[in-house]
Amino acid sequence: MAFKNDDDKSAYWRENLALLAKLLVVWFVVSFGAGILFVEQLNTIQFFGFKLGFWFAQQGSIYVFVALIFVYMAKMNAMDKKYGVDEE
Amino acid sequence: MDVQTLTFLIVGGSFALYIAIAIWARAGSTNDFYVAGGGVPPVMNGMATAADWMSAASFISMAGLISFMGYDGAVYLMGWTGGYVLLALCLAPYLRKFGKFTVPDFIGDRYYSQTARTVAVFCAIFVCFTYVAGQMRGVGVVFSRFLEVDIVTGVIIGMGIVFFYTVLGGMKGITYTQVAQYCVLIFAYIVPAVFISMMVTGHILPQTGFGATLADGSGVFLLDKLDGLSTELGFNEYTSGTKSTIDVFFITFALMVGTAGLPHVIVRFFTVPKVRDARKSAGYALAFIAILYTTAPSLAAFARVNMIETINGPDAMGTSYAEAPTWIKNWEQTGLIGFEDKNGDGKMFYSGDERNEMRVDRDIMVLANPEIANLPAWVIALVAAGGVAAALSTSAGLLLVISTSVSHDLLKRNFAPNITDKAELFYARLAAAVAICIAGYFGINPPGFVAQVVAFAFGLAASSFFPAIIMGIFSKRMNDKGAVSGMLAGIAFTAAYIIYFKFVNPAANVPENWWFGISPEGIGTLGMLVNFGVAFAVFKMTDEAPEEIQQLVESIRFPKGAGEASAH
Repeated sequence: MAFKNDDDKSAYWRENLALLAKLLVVWFVVSFGAGILFVEQLNTIQFFGFKLGFWFAQQGSIYVFVALIFVYMAKMNAMDKKYGVDEE
Repeated sequence: MDVQTLTFLIVGGSFALYIAIAIWARAGSTNDFYVAGGGVPPVMNGMATAADWMSAASFISMAGLISFMGYDGAVYLMGWTGGYVLLALCLAPYLRKFGKFTVPDFIGDRYYSQTARTVAVFCAIFVCFTYVAGQMRGVGVVFSRFLEVDIVTGVIIGMGIVFFYTVLGGMKGITYTQVAQYCVLIFAYIVPAVFISMMVTGHILPQTGFGATLADGSGVFLLDKLDGLSTELGFNEYTSGTKSTIDVFFITFALMVGTAGLPHVIVRFFTVPKVRDARKSAGYALAFIAILYTTAPSLAAFARVNMIETINGPDAMGTSYAEAPTWIKNWEQTGLIGFEDKNGDGKMFYSGDERNEMRVDRDIMVLANPEIANLPAWVIALVAAGGVAAALSTSAGLLLVISTSVSHDLLKRNFAPNITDKAELFYARLAAAVAICIAGYFGINPPGFVAQVVAFAFGLAASSFFPAIIMGIFSKRMNDKGAVSGMLAGIAFTAAYIIYFKFVNPAANVPENWWFGISPEGIGTLGMLVNFGVAFAVFKMTDEAPEEIQQLVESIRFPKGAGEASAH
C-alpha cells in the first residue's frame, strides 16, 4: 500500500477528480462554449482583427488546451508529493 | 540549381537521416520493439507523438480544407487538438501506470475477458488500416508531384523506407525517426507561412498576422477583407459557417474523443519512463501540434486572399489566361486547377456563383503556396520533404500498432502464450512486413472510399475504445459484461449509421435525413453515449467486477510504483 491509510487514498482520488472537473469545465467552455454554442454572440465583439468567437474557434481554444495540460501536470505533481505517492 | 535537383537533394538527405537513425536505434527485445524499452525522454516523446499524429492530411490538406470551409474548419482545429486534453487528464497517466504494451492489453486485463480483448484487437487493426492506406497514397502523391516519378514508384520508395526502420527498429526506431520527421515537417510548414504572412500583413508570426491589417496600406483587417471578398463573390462569409450548430458540436466532440481513443496515439504514452513523464509528454505533444494547428488557419486565410486576388486581379474583373502566372499552368497539368472560359473573354474569374470559371483543388493551398507567393526554390523542395515526413511518420506509427496487435495481442495473449520473447519479436517483424505490403497495395490501388472511411476510424475509436478505457479507470466496479456489450452496441450503432449514409444510400446523405441533424462524421459522439448507456444498464443487472480487478484499478490511480512496461 502506497498510501499511509485508506483516508488518504480516498482524499487523493477526490482531490484528483475535483481538479479534473475544474479543468474539463474550462476545456468545455472555451471550445464548445465560446467556439461553437455562443460563437455568434461573441462575434459581435472585436478582438484585434478577429471576431472574438471566430478567434476562440480557430486559435484561442488551442492555446487554452495546451495551458490546461501544463496546469494539470504541475498540480498533479504537487499532489503526488503531498500524499507521498510520487515516483522518486 | 533548379527546383528538381534541390528537391532530390533535400528529400534524399532526409531519407538518409531516417535510415541512419534506424540503424542506430535497432530493437533487441519485444520491450524495445513495442514500447522503445520504456525509456524515451518526455520532450522527445512529445515530438514523436506530434509527428505520429500529424498525417499527410494535416500537412497537405488541412489548411486548404479550412480555406474553403472558413469558420467550419474549426471542427478539425478544435477536434484534433482538444482530444489531447482528455488524453492527458483522463487516460495517459493511468494507462502508463498500468504498464502494458497495447490498448487491447488494457481492455483484456481490466475486463478479465478474452472476448473484450478480441473485440479491441479487431477494432485496433481496422482503425489503423483505414488510416494507413491514405498515408501511403499521400507519399505517392507528393513523390509524383515534386519528383516527377509515377505514383507507383513513389509508393514503393515510401514502403521501402518505412519497412527499413519499422521492421528493424520497431517502436524504438520509429520514435527517434519521428523526432527527426517532426523537425523536418514543422520547419517545412512554418517557413512558407512566415514568408506569406510577411508578404500579406507584414507580421512575422502567422498567428498575429491572421488578425492584422493588410500590408497594402489600406488599413483593412485581413479577415474583414476576406469576408467582403467572399460575400461579393457569392461565397458564405468566411468567419461564419454553413454547418448547423448541433452538427459542428457533434463532429468536434467525435473527433476529440476519437483522438483520445486512437490506439496509435495512446500507445505512445507507454514509451516514457514514468507516470509523471506521461503527463508531461502529453503537454509537449499538444504544444508541438499546436504550432502547426494555429498556423494552418492563418495560412488558410492568407492563401485564400492571395488566390482570389491573383486570379480575379486587383479590380476583381478577372485576369488574362494567356498571361497567367506559371504556377497556374504547372498545376493545371496535375489536374488540381482547371479553367473553362465560359463567357469567352479570355479572362479567368473565380467565384461562388454562376460567374465562376475556375476549379481549384483544396490540396493546392499548401503545395502550391510557395509558388503562388514566389518563394525561393529551396522552400518548394522543403515542402516536398515535409509532406513525405508527415506521411511516413504516421504510417510507421500505425503499422507498429498493427504488428503489435497481431504478434502480441493475438499470438502471445491468445493462440500461443508460450512462445519465447525472441519468437514473438520475429512474428512482430513479420507482421510489420506483411502490414506494409498490404498498406502499399492500397496506396497503389486506392479503394475509392478512403476519404469516406476516415469518419469510420474516428467514429469507431470514439464509440468503442474511449468509453471502455474511461470506465475501466473511473468506475472500478464496471464488469466485463457491461464493457463488452457497451463496445458492441457503440460500434454497431455507429457503423450502421455511417454505412447507411456513406455506402448503402449516399443519395440520402443530406441534413434533412440525419438524426437530430447529426452528420455521419459526428455520429461517433452519439455512439459513445450509446456505449456508456448500454454498459451501465448491463452492469446494473450483473455482478460487479471481482475484488482483485477493483484492486488493480485502485493501483493505477496513483503514480508510485510504475515500473517499466512489461508483459506480466
